[in-house]
Amino acid sequence: MSTLVANEKKGFGSTIWDYLTTVDHKKIAILYLIAGGFFFLLGGLEALAIRVQLIKPMNDFVSAGFYNELITMHGTTMIFLAAMPLIFAFMNAVVPLQIGARDVAFPFLNSLGFWLFLFGGILLNVGWFTGGAADAGWTAYTPLSTTSPGHGVDYYVLGLQISGAGTLMGGINFLVTIINMRAPGMTYMRMPLFTWTAFVASALILFAFPALTVGLFLMMFDRMFDSVFFDAAMGGNSVIWQHLFWIFGHPEVYILILPAFGIFSEIIATFSKKRLFGYTAMVFATVLIGFLGFMVWAHHMFTVGMGPAANSIFAVATMAIAVPTGIKIFNWLFTLWGGNIQINTAMLWALGFIPSFTIGGMTGVMLAAASADYQYHDTYFVIAHFHYVIVGGVVFGLLAGTHYFWPKMFGTILDETLGKITFWLFFIGFHMTFFIQHFLGLMGMPRRYWVFLEGQGLDLGNLISSIGAFLMGIATIILLINVVKTSVKNEKVGADPWDARTLEWAIPSPPPFYNFKQLPLVRGLDPLWIEKTEGRKGMTPAEPLGDIHMPNNSFLPFIMSVGFFIAGLGFIYQKDNLAWLSAVFIGMGIALGCMLVRSLKDDLGYHIHKEDLQKEAKE
Amino acid sequence: MTDKSMTTIDQQQQYEQEKRKQEMKQQVITFALMIIFTIVAFGMVMAELPKLFVIPIMLILAAVQVGFQLYYFMHMSHKGHEMPSMMFYGGVFAAFLTILALVVLVWW
Repeated sequence: MSTLVANEKKGFGSTIWDYLTTVDHKKIAILYLIAGGFFFLLGGLEALAIRVQLIKPMNDFVSAGFYNELITMHGTTMIFLAAMPLIFAFMNAVVPLQIGARDVAFPFLNSLGFWLFLFGGILLNVGWFTGGAADAGWTAYTPLSTTSPGHGVDYYVLGLQISGAGTLMGGINFLVTIINMRAPGMTYMRMPLFTWTAFVASALILFAFPALTVGLFLMMFDRMFDSVFFDAAMGGNSVIWQHLFWIFGHPEVYILILPAFGIFSEIIATFSKKRLFGYTAMVFATVLIGFLGFMVWAHHMFTVGMGPAANSIFAVATMAIAVPTGIKIFNWLFTLWGGNIQINTAMLWALGFIPSFTIGGMTGVMLAAASADYQYHDTYFVIAHFHYVIVGGVVFGLLAGTHYFWPKMFGTILDETLGKITFWLFFIGFHMTFFIQHFLGLMGMPRRYWVFLEGQGLDLGNLISSIGAFLMGIATIILLINVVKTSVKNEKVGADPWDARTLEWAIPSPPPFYNFKQLPLVRGLDPLWIEKTEGRKGMTPAEPLGDIHMPNNSFLPFIMSVGFFIAGLGFIYQKDNLAWLSAVFIGMGIALGCMLVRSLKDDLGYHIHKEDLQKEAKE
Repeated sequence: MTDKSMTTIDQQQQYEQEKRKQEMKQQVITFALMIIFTIVAFGMVMAELPKLFVIPIMLILAAVQVGFQLYYFMHMSHKGHEMPSMMFYGGVFAAFLTILALVVLVWW
């Protein structure tokens, strides 16, 4: 078989074709990283436009309507199209390697999940070019969203529906992978913490996303087919949207933060040269956060008028989450304590995360006090709070993960000097931007307003905030330069540049497409570290060298996603002209046709033969 | 191969045959029960019994049928299904709490 030979140098066109059809989790990780990174930059540009508008009182940098689109698309893009896929990038790149698997359980589904996300994301952004993007806030509260003129919110509904389906598939895929495909000896309580957090986050995706799907369908019917689920005048109830959105939306923030916690746990343990302090407590805290995360959604709605009893229950449940989160913070600190600490860029992000996230958690408890929330609700205090947890937690985690996992994904180490400059600029810029917003909020500055008046004590705070945002922008540009510089230099490093503890570092960087030639035998927590302390170079194999079964590449996921994209456009525009229904039929026809082909055509994959593996080892 | 091991293999086979037979019997019984349940449900509606009586009974019948489906046809009672059943009951529990809270908050 020439499959191994085919892995050598290739032309540009065939590389593109390879990525369009790939079902390899490592390549899908790179696709997620590129797409998520692109949307991160897009969301960042929107954020900068918001901050430019608010740099001085009564500014007219953008119009009020465009400002609404900016804030809506900033939130939607950052949560659904940047943070989620970047989390999936690291889950794809690392989880199968950490549990000693050759791929995820459903490689085809993995690829389909990515392409659905990408085309959903593109559909969301098409609105910019066709008369206005979504403008009802990222939460799309009804009746504002159901009565919003134009097609902006339609793009929101269809785009999120399609990319949400992709995310749901990804979640199911990782659940099955982690349950079924662990290497011999890799028991649940030996799984690295990043795998654990990916597991709990996937379970949350499975249980939380259906609520969003239902809500979006109801909104789609309200907007496109004249139903009245959310229309109070016709006997509907507009508050139901808020409930459905937050039943999904609150677990969503844990879906984002838990894998970030996992990344930090790996980094802190590796660069402290100690095993993670209180591993069992960390696992327990992760599961508990996941569980409690479901019963707190109404704390987003304290001012809706649910009554004091409901408000109190949700307030107490919310405050309870501070307990497992506190366990985690203390465990990280105890891991650092007495460790042989090495400070590099990844570690800097982890160290910067601990105080930043703690501030966010503290304001979280403040906001959870229902009576006090009447004062904070819809002010910049809330903005400051959730940016402290999402930027200070999730984005720091993703950037830390970028530096930490880059060698495993690409075989090179990102430049440390540039990395440290990025960290300090971003860290200072981040606190400048958002710390002052706590006080702006307490002074009464409401969120989502496109201008503020002079002489109300808001001028200086907003100026400082905007300057901070630019520092973060510059930091991001330096990160991009870093990526380009490192890729051009292309200095390859070995399998284990960090002297790390977990399985992914036991195989070459970047790993061969079959990951493990022989599945490793796992003898405890931090399996690679155990082998190293006993003087071995790598893992002990758990099986003799044999043929490896691999899945075939497929172009179907791409075509299927294109089909849904076309159908989405058809659904949006059939409101104006019924002729667009033909696009629905064509698009759904393409998608269903692909499913039919996939179901009827036997695709059994291929084998890498033992002899080829042996030959490769000799070379 | 000694006689002793032969007999163990025979015993094993016999045991498995027995077990399969048993399972087949259970499947046939549950299948019949499910058909009866469906007929009962349709019958109740056609007989135009009071709604307050029919709806809860039908929901109970439906729940029992789901159980049959999961345990006798999808083999959830077999070994190696601990994780799926944990996820399943976890999901049912979370969904129950969520729906209960939602209904209470919106319509009470």
